[in-house]
Amino acid sequence: MSENQPIPASSQEDKKTLLHKAEDEAARDPFEGVDFSELEHSLYRPRTLFSVILTWIVTGMTLLALVPLFAVLFMLIWRGGQKLSLDLFTKLPPAPLEPGGGFGNAILGTLIMVGLATLITIPLGVLTGVYLAQAPGDSKLASAVRFSAKVLTGFPSILAGVFAYGAIVLATGGYSAIAGGIALSILMLPTIILTSESAIAMVPVKMKEASIGLGATTTQTAWMVLLPTAMPGILTGVMLAVARAAGETAPLLFTALFSNFWLTSGGRFDLMQPTASLAVLIYNFSGMPFKNQVELAWAAALVLVALVLITNLIGQSFSRQQNLQ
Amino acid sequence: MQGPDGIEALSAGRIWKPPSKTQLLIDSAFRRLCVAFAALTIVLIVLLVVEIGAKAIPAFREHGLSFIWGRTWDPNREVFGILPEIWGTLYTSLLALLFGSLFGVSAAIFLSEGYMSEAIFKILKMFGVQFHPFWGKLPERFELLLKNLIELLAAVPSVVYGLWGLFIVIPLIRPMCNWLHAQFGWFPLFSTDLSGPGILPAVIVLSIMILPTITAISRDALVSVPPKLRMAAYGLGATRWETILGVLLPTASRGIFGGIVLAFGRALGETMALAMLVGNANRLTVSLFSPANTLAALLANSFPEAGAREIPVLMYAALVLLAITLVVNIFGALILERATSKAEAK
Repeated sequence: MSENQPIPASSQEDKKTLLHKAEDEAARDPFEGVDFSELEHSLYRPRTLFSVILTWIVTGMTLLALVPLFAVLFMLIWRGGQKLSLDLFTKLPPAPLEPGGGFGNAILGTLIMVGLATLITIPLGVLTGVYLAQAPGDSKLASAVRFSAKVLTGFPSILAGVFAYGAIVLATGGYSAIAGGIALSILMLPTIILTSESAIAMVPVKMKEASIGLGATTTQTAWMVLLPTAMPGILTGVMLAVARAAGETAPLLFTALFSNFWLTSGGRFDLMQPTASLAVLIYNFSGMPFKNQVELAWAAALVLVALVLITNLIGQSFSRQQNLQ
Repeated sequence: MQGPDGIEALSAGRIWKPPSKTQLLIDSAFRRLCVAFAALTIVLIVLLVVEIGAKAIPAFREHGLSFIWGRTWDPNREVFGILPEIWGTLYTSLLALLFGSLFGVSAAIFLSEGYMSEAIFKILKMFGVQFHPFWGKLPERFELLLKNLIELLAAVPSVVYGLWGLFIVIPLIRPMCNWLHAQFGWFPLFSTDLSGPGILPAVIVLSIMILPTITAISRDALVSVPPKLRMAAYGLGATRWETILGVLLPTASRGIFGGIVLAFGRALGETMALAMLVGNANRLTVSLFSPANTLAALLANSFPEAGAREIPVLMYAALVLLAITLVVNIFGALILERATSKAEAK
């Protein structure tokens, strides 16, 4: 190929002949022997038709995948919204065939148990994240911890309940809010560890090095530079974990059980007794043959989904702030 | 730290003071605390296995391996077998995986191949809107919105899906299922009619629940395919789908497969939706419309009312579920780890 070779800048004549050659080559058709009709974008060609049909199928399937989301949300608002009133948040669940009632104790129970689980998991999860983000790349312990956290993410929630039943309910002799909170914390832990790790790892290295260069200890660097900078990311992780835990039912079924009453014994606040939660209420009431209970289950589902989605959105707004910075 | 403030701080001795003994003590204590908490994660997994395993030992001694092959569950006669539950768990999960990955991978392709921009620009062209930076950002925004919507599917609690399946999905599909049974009853999949809860509603809801996992991981895998491969395929004259099927999917296959395996783990351990929809019948069947049971649903339904004799047996069932899900999850995590390390190596 003459074009690729460097042009020897020897004399005017040489250049002229080269130019002529190039013109000659341009005049010749480079697409000789190519049948253009073969390359046309036409639906009569099987290749193109195949491509177009698959495109439509994929578009349709993606839209179809979103139908359940809207169907669920619509039904929640439709069937749960009818029952919505202030009574729901203040009254106790009704007995069978009794009209009215609410699920104030279940909302309180969910909040208490999720709060308990959050209190347990935040120190554990965030400090593990600090360790993982700071550990040297070849650390065996760090990769083992990371791997166990990943395995725990897919851990069946019912088994967390079975574990808490064996370790706490059997040991303390009864169903309690504490056992429920501990079961939930097992499910929250991996999310918080993995998101804190990635949030801390995203803090610019120069900030960390500057802090160490100024003579700060690792602890001071972690508390004054890494954690404040990574805070939005960590909060996102915490919120996602809280949202997940609030919706969990299986681990509460036989750790916190259910109760039709407020969390008190003998007039005093007591965490060591069976505790109601929104999720278990939905499960229990959906299987009852009474219309009032089924309606309450729908209303509880609406409240629960609203709670979960709002927590989710708050969490995402934290990470959006971080991205803007 | 420049300017007079910095110098002042320096001269006041505020900055260059070496850490005091207490600070060093706090530092080493904090470091040890971090390591201890990290190690606790590993301890937790060991503890989970040991706790459930130890509680299952009495049942294991009594029933041995026949527990896994037995077909009857009768607390009164104390005959326990979980073969139908193991079968139900695997059968519903695999079916859900089939639907879930079909839809999930399709959505991942749709969200990663620039379909949105094409569709939006086509519509804009119809209205004669000229290109403008504002419209140029629109497809990206829509893609993000769709992705977030699909991820919201994962945020809905499973008990709410169960409620929805119980009161909406089952009445909706029952006429169709019973028609299928009436017409094609000779076919094993349709050999019973749907009288309420059953395998098919459970599978439908389960596949909706695992779809976001598959979509998110597959999309990540597709997006991380080096752009030059796509360009090269288009440059050689491949159509879009020849590129997707011939180049992109094979390159991203490891990541997609890892996502599917993780979703399988999710499906195996999913409890509430199945406990509400699968029908709780101790039956070994391939019929889509028959009620059945799964390990997780068995635990959820039997544990609260179990007597002292039944608890070890249920712990044994939990151990079997734990073993199945741990194997699947470790397998999936390993595949994903290798897929990402390979992608980084490129």
